[in-house]
Amino acid sequence: MRTITLGTAILGAVTGMLGSFAVLRKQSLLGDAISHAALPGIAIAFLLTGAKDSNTLLLGALISGLIGTFWIRGIVSKTHLKSDTALGLILSLFFGFGMLLLTFIQKQPNANQAGLDKYLFGQAATLVESDVWLMAIVTGLCLTVLLLFWKEFKILLFDKDYAHTIGFNTKAIDILITSFIVLAIVLGLQTVGVVLMSAMLLAPAAAARQWTNSLGTMVFLAAVFGAFFGVFGTAISASQNNLSTGPVIVLVATVFVLFSFIFSPSRGLLFRQIRFIKNRRDLELHKTLAFMFHIAETHDDISHPHTVKILNNFQGYTRGTLQKLVDKNYVTLEGNMWSLTPEGFERASNLYNQQTNKNE
Amino acid sequence: MSSAQLEIQLIASLVALACAIPGTFLVLRKMAMISDAISHSILPGLVVGFFITQDLNSPLLILLAALTGVITVVLVEQIQKTGLVKEDTAIGLVFPALFSIGVIMIAKNANDIHLDVDAVLLGELAFAPFDRLTISGVDVGPKSLWVIGTILTITIGLLIAFFKELKISTFDAGLAASLGFSPVAIHYGLMTVASVTTVGAFDAVGAILVVALMIAPAAAAYLLTTDLKKMLALAMFFGVLSAISGYWFAHWLDASIAGSITTMLGLIFLIIYLFAPSKGLIAVMYREKQQKVEVSLITFLLHLKNHTEASERHVNHLTEHINWQKIRAKTVLDLALKNNMITVDNKQLVSLTDKGEDFTSLAIDYIITNEDAQIEDMKDDFFLFRG
Repeated sequence: MRTITLGTAILGAVTGMLGSFAVLRKQSLLGDAISHAALPGIAIAFLLTGAKDSNTLLLGALISGLIGTFWIRGIVSKTHLKSDTALGLILSLFFGFGMLLLTFIQKQPNANQAGLDKYLFGQAATLVESDVWLMAIVTGLCLTVLLLFWKEFKILLFDKDYAHTIGFNTKAIDILITSFIVLAIVLGLQTVGVVLMSAMLLAPAAAARQWTNSLGTMVFLAAVFGAFFGVFGTAISASQNNLSTGPVIVLVATVFVLFSFIFSPSRGLLFRQIRFIKNRRDLELHKTLAFMFHIAETHDDISHPHTVKILNNFQGYTRGTLQKLVDKNYVTLEGNMWSLTPEGFERASNLYNQQTNKNE
Repeated sequence: MSSAQLEIQLIASLVALACAIPGTFLVLRKMAMISDAISHSILPGLVVGFFITQDLNSPLLILLAALTGVITVVLVEQIQKTGLVKEDTAIGLVFPALFSIGVIMIAKNANDIHLDVDAVLLGELAFAPFDRLTISGVDVGPKSLWVIGTILTITIGLLIAFFKELKISTFDAGLAASLGFSPVAIHYGLMTVASVTTVGAFDAVGAILVVALMIAPAAAAYLLTTDLKKMLALAMFFGVLSAISGYWFAHWLDASIAGSITTMLGLIFLIIYLFAPSKGLIAVMYREKQQKVEVSLITFLLHLKNHTEASERHVNHLTEHINWQKIRAKTVLDLALKNNMITVDNKQLVSLTDKGEDFTSLAIDYIITNEDAQIEDMKDDFFLFRG
């Protein structure tokens, strides 16, 4: 149990870290394509070695995932087919070929073959200590490379042409980061399976993106979120019967992404709506103030009282806005009469100036 | 060939036809990955439908599952509209979540449900002829044949009825809207057809093969033609070709039919990707090389026009001054000679011929004004041999 939790946590961290790059590079669906494209590699590795050693199989998956990735790039850069078509093509064709090989293997007289299909849907329960060690090593490697090439990755991500101009080998950096993304995906196959791997890659990054605008913070947050999803998902699935870990982790992640969409302070939908309403109120307030200003302007004495009634001709006026103006000490109310305070007059005339300045 | 074999091939071919039609439009509209999302996210719809009807071929189940497919599209669009994440991220978030819900629903009710995730994703065409439809005691054929046949008929009917609308809204959504067709209605219509086709086909061939059958034939056809009608016809042809050849390949290997149909699709696409005239990989690379040599040639001719002094026009000077390697310099020189652009005298001095002069003046005009793509016409006029 401890092994499984640790495994999913490490997996979540590494996929979250690399997923940030995939999301920002608009390669979100690459994860989906690669995880499917890895299948024939697993089958061929098994056919060649005849053994079910998970490291060999993962190596096969890695190679076939890389072939898939570079073929996608070849299709996009050399033909007029678009990236979505290329992704869908590689995804389905490689997966279908993998299925052909898997069914072919199942007909072979080899007692070893059972259990290959765990790579399809993933079984966290089959994680053993050596798998977790492998994940930990890969994560360490990723972290080192990320820190070493941080600057290069960052520039490549946000301004590829600039990176090329100042003399970075953009192609090499590109291949490096893509290879690491493929590696992380292949590592996750055993735990969450082919279909759900794309969510593992995207969800932590998509959630982290909502809480920050800085790349460093985002990568860090995504790693933390990923690890958290892994631990939490494993805990829930362990607490009940018949719940496989992969889908539960994905659902936990999805719920958290939704939460981030709604409640993140700067980008979230809730606060955006609140800001929107607040802006509208401010605008109404200013409109009322400006209207009063125009009336007061025509009099020598700015504090000359007027009846509330004349405001009724003007749509932005409500009792609420009037009361707010009083609270802010821009206006004084006496019975049915209102008058601008010097402060309010000052504010209103500046408001007017600002507007004209902006219009210019 | 037994009747079961014939029926399997017939079902596979009908599925291929039914997938090729929406697939072509999905590829043209750059929405190919939506079909992948739909094929996964119909799972919860299928499970709920199966709880209600207990029959994988019931029309209600197909409708429910297709509805889930449309819901997927709506969800993706809604998430995208918030501007918080990009479209591809939205797709990547929605379908695994829905698929997970489906998997958990199956797992929680594993005892009273005869539905298997493997079967949904991979299908088993070989069993399709055993589930037969009987009307008042008479055996009229496999159920899935009827299901996919109905879907195909409806799809073809819709295609013929709305061909013009589909065509315009695919290539110019703005024009379609200004002509009074609702792009939104056509969009959701197409999505509904894609969902229904996916659901109708998954039982026979599995969700992944549906994606392959939608995208691969259309993509291969797109490399061969730019005419929509031809593209549709070619896509259907490739679909059926791979369905039938895939069946026999599976028969020979004794492996999954869905897998081997996909493999055949992969082979067809690979061949076309490599060898398609003008758009295939080899044609593109050849053209790139040709253009590279021709650009060098023009550079060389311009250099000759600018210099009258002997030292600048010596053959050896090319490699020294313009910094070309020997082979490239020789290729360019040969090409120029073959096209009668230059003459080389016995002192190894290169000079432009009259034709070379004419061509170079035009090329300078082109470079200064840079109007349209005249350069290709100019090349056609002057070149006897291309690079």
